[in-house]
Amino acid sequence: MSDTPVKSSLLTLDARTRKRNAAEKRFQIYGITAIATGLVFLVLLLSAIVMNGVGAFQQTFVTLQVELLEAKLDKTGNRDPADLKKVSTFGYNPLLDAALVATLEEQGLENPFAKAKELRKLLSTGAAAQLRNFVLENPDRIGDTVEFRLLASSRVDGYFKDRVTRESLARDKNLSPIHLDLVDVLRDAGVIAKRFNLSFIIGADASESRPEQAGIGVAMLGSFFMMLVVLAFSLPIGVAASIYLEEFARQSRFTDLIEVNISNLAAVPSIVFGILGLAVFIQFAHLPQSAPLVGGLVLTLMTLPTIIISTRASLKSVPPSIREAALGVGASKMQTVFHHVLPLAMPGILTGTIIGLAQALGETAPLLLIGMVGYIASNYPGGIVEGFMSPNSAMPAQIYEWAKRADPAYYERAWGGIIILLVFLMTMNIIAILLRRRFERRW
Amino acid sequence: MSASWLLITILGLSALGFFLGKNRALSSVGGNPRDLHSLPNYYGFNVAMLAFVPAVLLLAVWVVVQPLVINASVSKHIPDAMYSDKGSLNLVMSDVRRVAEGLDLLIDRGKMTRQAVQDLDVTTTDIRAELAAAGVALGRDVSGDILSAAQAMRAKTAIGNWILTAGVLATALAGFFTAMRATSGAFRARNRVEKGMLLLLIGAASIAILTTLGIVLSLIFNTIKFFDLYQARDFFFGTTWSPSFGGGSDLGILPLLWGTFYISLIALAVAVPIGLFAAVYLSEYAGSKLRATAKPLLELLAGIPTIVYGMFALLTVGPMLVGVFGEQGVGWMKGGTAVMTAGLVMGVMLIPFVSSLSDDIINAVPQSMRDGSYGLGATKSETVRQVILPAALPGIVGAILLAASRAIGETMIVVLGAGAAARLSLNPFEAMTTVTAKIVSQLTGDADFASPEALVAFALGMTLFVITLGLNIVALMIVRKYREQYE
Repeated sequence: MSDTPVKSSLLTLDARTRKRNAAEKRFQIYGITAIATGLVFLVLLLSAIVMNGVGAFQQTFVTLQVELLEAKLDKTGNRDPADLKKVSTFGYNPLLDAALVATLEEQGLENPFAKAKELRKLLSTGAAAQLRNFVLENPDRIGDTVEFRLLASSRVDGYFKDRVTRESLARDKNLSPIHLDLVDVLRDAGVIAKRFNLSFIIGADASESRPEQAGIGVAMLGSFFMMLVVLAFSLPIGVAASIYLEEFARQSRFTDLIEVNISNLAAVPSIVFGILGLAVFIQFAHLPQSAPLVGGLVLTLMTLPTIIISTRASLKSVPPSIREAALGVGASKMQTVFHHVLPLAMPGILTGTIIGLAQALGETAPLLLIGMVGYIASNYPGGIVEGFMSPNSAMPAQIYEWAKRADPAYYERAWGGIIILLVFLMTMNIIAILLRRRFERRW
Repeated sequence: MSASWLLITILGLSALGFFLGKNRALSSVGGNPRDLHSLPNYYGFNVAMLAFVPAVLLLAVWVVVQPLVINASVSKHIPDAMYSDKGSLNLVMSDVRRVAEGLDLLIDRGKMTRQAVQDLDVTTTDIRAELAAAGVALGRDVSGDILSAAQAMRAKTAIGNWILTAGVLATALAGFFTAMRATSGAFRARNRVEKGMLLLLIGAASIAILTTLGIVLSLIFNTIKFFDLYQARDFFFGTTWSPSFGGGSDLGILPLLWGTFYISLIALAVAVPIGLFAAVYLSEYAGSKLRATAKPLLELLAGIPTIVYGMFALLTVGPMLVGVFGEQGVGWMKGGTAVMTAGLVMGVMLIPFVSSLSDDIINAVPQSMRDGSYGLGATKSETVRQVILPAALPGIVGAILLAASRAIGETMIVVLGAGAAARLSLNPFEAMTTVTAKIVSQLTGDADFASPEALVAFALGMTLFVITLGLNIVALMIVRKYREQYE
């Protein structure tokens, strides 16, 4: 009894089948790994944004009792606004110094520095301006002791957010470790504390040396005006172009040319649109540089292909029976389209438009070329015309600007700006999805 | 009258025309709209249209052309001695324009009378100081030639504006009266209005052509200007890139192209396998539940603005790579910005692009081919590898080419993540730069647009445009050809 012949059975797998099955398993694992990698990147990206960005929504403030000495602020005593304005922000610094020393004394501490002005490094350099604005608005409070909530300097803020340590301050001119000892005491006393930072959301950008004051509000307005321009141009033009191509155009050289152009424009790199904007709108037409109007026009040209493609899809989805019925009761071709087809296609058109706008809102590269960076957007536009015509930044351009600045405190602002930008994009996309769900019709 | 007031006047006229035309049509048939050829509103629209459109077209053309014509004729006033070449003539002309605008401003603000401005003399008045007081800053003192050129410009502009006002109003009125005279019960107003609307629609559709034309023209003109100042051979075959705004810069494109292709290559090496496997798994293996969650989540990556990816490269991926490959680790990498950083992040950005395009293509392979393969006893993965992928290959190649064109044109990631040094090197952990990044850096500086250092950006843009356009056309041709096979 030896050498039983090898008989293959359906119940036991032979080597070749096992190999094939293993290959099958491996293939599936590759697929799952690919999807998992993609998702891991997504999670990494989102967590990097959230972890680095939430800090920007909180800011360290110092609560101080400042005595607004009449002798310093209004020597004449007549509260004349013109005289009050003569006292520059430097004139307010001694008041801050005195208030800081007094606060330290309350905690049983003495000023460890030879000069009183060393203490002032705890505060933002914008603190004196804050006092001055208050005094100019309320001249009658001169002489009183008023409680102010002043911005702490960005180094102190960084200490609260673990960006700054005693070691990192060793060679820093802006703050010393001794300051941090004071900060520890003042924090326990509740004088210095982190609070919600509304002025990051609605405030203006600040100069390079004052990251604690910078906000994205003005850039947000710039983006808003740009989106108005994009909406006002791209929706009517896009819809008109799609109606022509979908409902009226016959197959001809001209229509082919348009179609080829639209599909190519959709794939042209965005930076090339920036070059177009620079050459045509700024060099040739002499429109103002950095103006939201120019940015909006460039983004309109970029968004048009997106809007045209989605509008054509939704015009196509309106069944021909609707058109035939309208033509049958005597409507002209134009009446058919505008009275019947277009209203039925509207939800799809709006969805496509919102998605196109969201794309335009996040676009950065063309804005760099038309001069929306390298510029500190520190003033709110004065009116509607100024909103369109005067130089401004836009949210993505502002984020880029912050990312380029040397002070790491600005990185936190940039991430915070990204959170705000993404919130806008998400809202727009959710609105688009809801619109589609609510009004989508299957024929 | 200024252009905006003219526009308002025309608008008012056409609004008036709407009501008058409608009433005239109705009264011509005794108030019974049934006797009209078209609905009453169409008669109104017809009048409004004829009053508005030709006049506005004239206005638009005039506003664009007038400054060009005046510029050309005024520049003849400037003696040759004042400029050496075309670029400095432009500078002189912009001075002339500013002086002319400044003088108008002085009159508007009542600081000078019209007569006083006309009698201005450079020897007796310091015009630069006067204009500075009005808020117009000039780069140099105003010479007699510039002043006389500015005066000529003002005079011609004034005449031009008069002709414009008269011409536009006449056109509007002519259109208005022609349409009113034609208005009667038998007039086919609807056909006329609809023809006008159709023209409007065609015009909107032509904007796509105009945009392409605008891109091509603005690139070509400036590129030609650049090649006047810089040898084309040195640009296309030069291996050093070192612009210096003082002059004497080397502007060779090769290091930039190398950086661009190297980064794109790494990006595709990340995006293509991940995107392709994800697409295959989602379309062939995944249940509907996994598909419904994983697909939109992956596509979220496509909706994130590129500036966010740029920040991610600069502040997260760069430092992370330095931690592994930098001084503390293997020691290959010096700084956070490198080809690897930008390439990796760009690859992540392209994953959804590759996966959703391939997904469409794989789904377009007919089910009968799968069934045939299963019927012969092939496993699922064998079917995918030996039947579906070969059938979908042309489409997938098209998708990869589209992704490559994206990668080549991508700006923000490389501006923030790839560094600024142009070099020809094989080490992916070194900083390199790309065509797009250099376009940004050459055009955002303070250089004047006449120098080769700024104009080179247009030549770079032209190169970029040609490359991406070529890739797109090839990709679309491949995809289209493939699609026809199964339809």
